[in-house]
Amino acid sequence: MMLGFMWSDLWEVLLLQKYNTRLVVVCTILLGISAGLAGSFLLLRKRSLMSDTLSHACLPGIGLMFIMVTLAGGNGKSLSLLLLGATITGLLGVIMVTAIRNTSRIKDDAAMGIVLSVFFGLGIVMLSLAQTMGGAAAGLESFIYGKTASMVSQDLHYLLWITGATLILCIALQKEFSLICFDENFARSLAWPVHFLDMVMMGLVVAVTVVGLQAVGLILIIAFMIIPAASARFWTEKYRYMWMLAGMIGGVSGWFGASVSALLPRMPAGAVIVLVSGVAFLFSMFFGTARGVLKIKSRQSRMRKKIGRQHLLRAVYEVLEREENGTNSPIALDLLTNKRSWSPKEFTKLVSQAKREDHLEPVSGNRLQLSESGFAEAARYTRNHRLWELYLIRFADVATRHVDRDADHVEHVLGPELVRQLEIELDQTAHGIDLPDSPHASIGEYSI
Amino acid sequence: MIWMWMDTWIVLVGITCAIACALPGCFLVLRKMSMMGDAISHAVLPGLALAFMITGSRASLPMFIGAAIVGLLTAVFTQWVSQFGNVDRGAAMGIVFTILFALGLILIVKSAEKVDLDASCVLLGNIEWTPQDLVNVGPLELPRALVVLFIVMILNLGLILLFFKEFRISAFDPELATTSGFNAGLMHYLLMMMVAVTTVASFEAVGSIIVIAMLVVPPCCAWMLTDRLGVMLFLSAVFGALSAALGHLAAIVVPPWFGFHESASTSGMMATVAGVLFIFVWVFEPRRGLIRQWLPRKKIHSPDES
Repeated sequence: MMLGFMWSDLWEVLLLQKYNTRLVVVCTILLGISAGLAGSFLLLRKRSLMSDTLSHACLPGIGLMFIMVTLAGGNGKSLSLLLLGATITGLLGVIMVTAIRNTSRIKDDAAMGIVLSVFFGLGIVMLSLAQTMGGAAAGLESFIYGKTASMVSQDLHYLLWITGATLILCIALQKEFSLICFDENFARSLAWPVHFLDMVMMGLVVAVTVVGLQAVGLILIIAFMIIPAASARFWTEKYRYMWMLAGMIGGVSGWFGASVSALLPRMPAGAVIVLVSGVAFLFSMFFGTARGVLKIKSRQSRMRKKIGRQHLLRAVYEVLEREENGTNSPIALDLLTNKRSWSPKEFTKLVSQAKREDHLEPVSGNRLQLSESGFAEAARYTRNHRLWELYLIRFADVATRHVDRDADHVEHVLGPELVRQLEIELDQTAHGIDLPDSPHASIGEYSI
Repeated sequence: MIWMWMDTWIVLVGITCAIACALPGCFLVLRKMSMMGDAISHAVLPGLALAFMITGSRASLPMFIGAAIVGLLTAVFTQWVSQFGNVDRGAAMGIVFTILFALGLILIVKSAEKVDLDASCVLLGNIEWTPQDLVNVGPLELPRALVVLFIVMILNLGLILLFFKEFRISAFDPELATTSGFNAGLMHYLLMMMVAVTTVASFEAVGSIIVIAMLVVPPCCAWMLTDRLGVMLFLSAVFGALSAALGHLAAIVVPPWFGFHESASTSGMMATVAGVLFIFVWVFEPRRGLIRQWLPRKKIHSPDES
C-alpha cells in the first residue's frame, strides 16, 4: 500500500506534474545536459580535473563582487553580478594554469593544484570578510555546497540559455571540435584557429560551471562535468555519438536524481544526482559496447585463443616439415614443447583447445596428430608467417636472425587481402599449400 | 595590531601543518599527482560520517581511522578505474572523489537528524580555535592540534628519511625501481597513506584548504629553485613555514588596509600567501624565471672568436 503510494508519487514527479518540484527537476535536467556536453571536451582533451580548478577559482570572484557591490551601495546578492564575478576569476584561473604550464617547469597537474588551492584560499578570505559585513552574506556559502532545492526561475533562464548555446555550438562546430579533440596538431597544420576554438570550448565549460555552481555546489559540479562524459566513452568510439550520449546520461541522471530526492526526506538533490550518474558510470564501465571491461576482456581472450592456436599449429607443421617431409603423421609431444617456451599447463590447454576445434585427431599417449582441416590451417598459418618473413627481409631490411620474432608480432593480424598483396610482391602464387621454405634455420637448430 | 600568545600558537600550528604537508607533497608533485591531496581531502567525508554514525560521537580517533581508510580507498579506486576501465587518470580521480563526496553528504544529512554534524565545519576546520583546545604533555599545556600535527610531521619526516632512496627512485623512474628489486607500487601506496593520514590529521585540526595548498604550492616553489631532491624537501618545508607565518600576519594586518575592522580567515590567507610566494619565485627565479625569459639572451661566443 505504502509502496504503491510512493510509486504513483514518483511517477507524478518524473512527469513534472507536481508544481513545487517541477522547476527543480527541469533545472537539473538542463544542467545535466549542458554539463555532459561541455564535459566531453574536457574528457577528450584529458583536462577533466580542469573543472575542479575552475569551480574553485570561481569563489574569489563571488566574494569580491559581493564586497564591491555592497560597498558601492548596491544589492550584493544580485545573482547576475555574482555570476559575472565568478566568470571573471574562473577565466583568470584557466589562463593562469596555461601561463604557469607554458612558462615554467611546473607540469599541468601541479599548475592546476596551485591555482585551485590559492584561488580557493583567496575565496575563503573574501567570504570571511564578507561575513563581517552583516547578515546579507549568509547565503554565499551555498556556492560551496549548493542549494538545489531552492533554485529560482532566474536559474532556469540562465540554464535555458546555456543549454541552448552549448547545443547549437556542439552541432555547428562538431567537425572542428572533434578534430581538435583528437588531433590538435593536424588541425593546426590545416591553419584552423585552434586557439580560438579552444577558447570557445573552455568558455562553454566556464559558463556551465558558473551557472551550475549555485545549484549543486563547487564539488558536485565537477561530477556533473566528468561522469556523464566518461560513461559515454565506454559506449562509442565516435565523437558525434559520444557528446549526444554524454548529454543524455547527464540529463537522465538529473531528472531521475532530482525526482528521487524530491520524494525522500532529507536527501540533498545534488548528491543523489551524482550517485545516480555514478551508478550509470559503473554500469557503462562493465557493459559498454565499445570500451566496456567485459567487451575488452572478451576481445582479448578471443585474440589470445587465436594466437595460441596459430602458434601451436605452426609449431606442429614445422616439426612435420623437418621430421616427416611435410606429410601429416603423428608426432611426439616433446618435439613440440621445445619449439616455444610453453609451460606444461599452457601447452595442455592449447592442445585441448585445438582438439575442441577439430584441428587435432584424438591420438592417445604422448603423441598427437593433425586432423585434415588442422593440417590445412597449419599450412596456411606457416605460409603467412613465411611470407611476412620474406617481406621483412626483402623490403624492410630486417636481419634474418631476428625475422622470426618480428614476424610473430604481425602474422596473427594478417588479413586475406594483405596476404594476397604479399603474394604479388613476392611472386609467390597460391597453389594449394605451396610453401616458401623458411628463410632461416628453425628454432632449436641454432648453435648457441 | 596586538600580537598575543594565542597568535603564536596559531602560527606554530600552521607551520607544523605546512611542513607536515609539504614533505609528502614534494613526491606528489614529482609523480604528477598533485591533485591527489584535493581529491583525498574531499573524499574522506563518508569515512568521517560513517565513523560518526557508528560511534555516535565526534571523538577524534574513530573519525581519524574512518577517514584514513577512505582516503586510502580513494587512491585504490582511482588506480582501479584508470587501469581496469582504461579511463584517463585525472578523470578517474574526479569520478571517484566526487562520488565519495556525494555519498558523504547524504550520510551527513541523514545522520544530522540525531546529532549536529555539518559538512562545512568538517571540511573548513578552524585554525583560529586551536589554542582553546589544550592538552597536557608532561609539564606543558599545548594545543591538541599542535601535538597531533607534530607527531604526523615527525612520522612523515621519519618515513621519508628511512625510505629516501626508494622514494627517490620511484618518484623519478618507477620502472627502474621495480627492476631494482623493490615494489614501486608499494611505495605508491605508502605515499598515498602518508598523504591520507596527513590530510585527515590536518583538516581535522586546521581545515582542508591549508592541506590542499601546502601539499602543492611550497613543493612547486622549491622545485623551481633546485634540481636536487634533498634540497627540494628542505626548501619546500621553508616555503611552507613562511607561508603559514606570513599568512597569519597578513590575516590580521591586511583587512584594515581595505577598511575592514576584523581579521580575515587565517587558513585562507595562508594559502593566499603561499600563492604570492609562488608568483614571486615564478617571476624572479634567476635561471628560468619570467624576468630571465624576457631579458635578451647572452650571445654565445665561439672559442676562436674571443
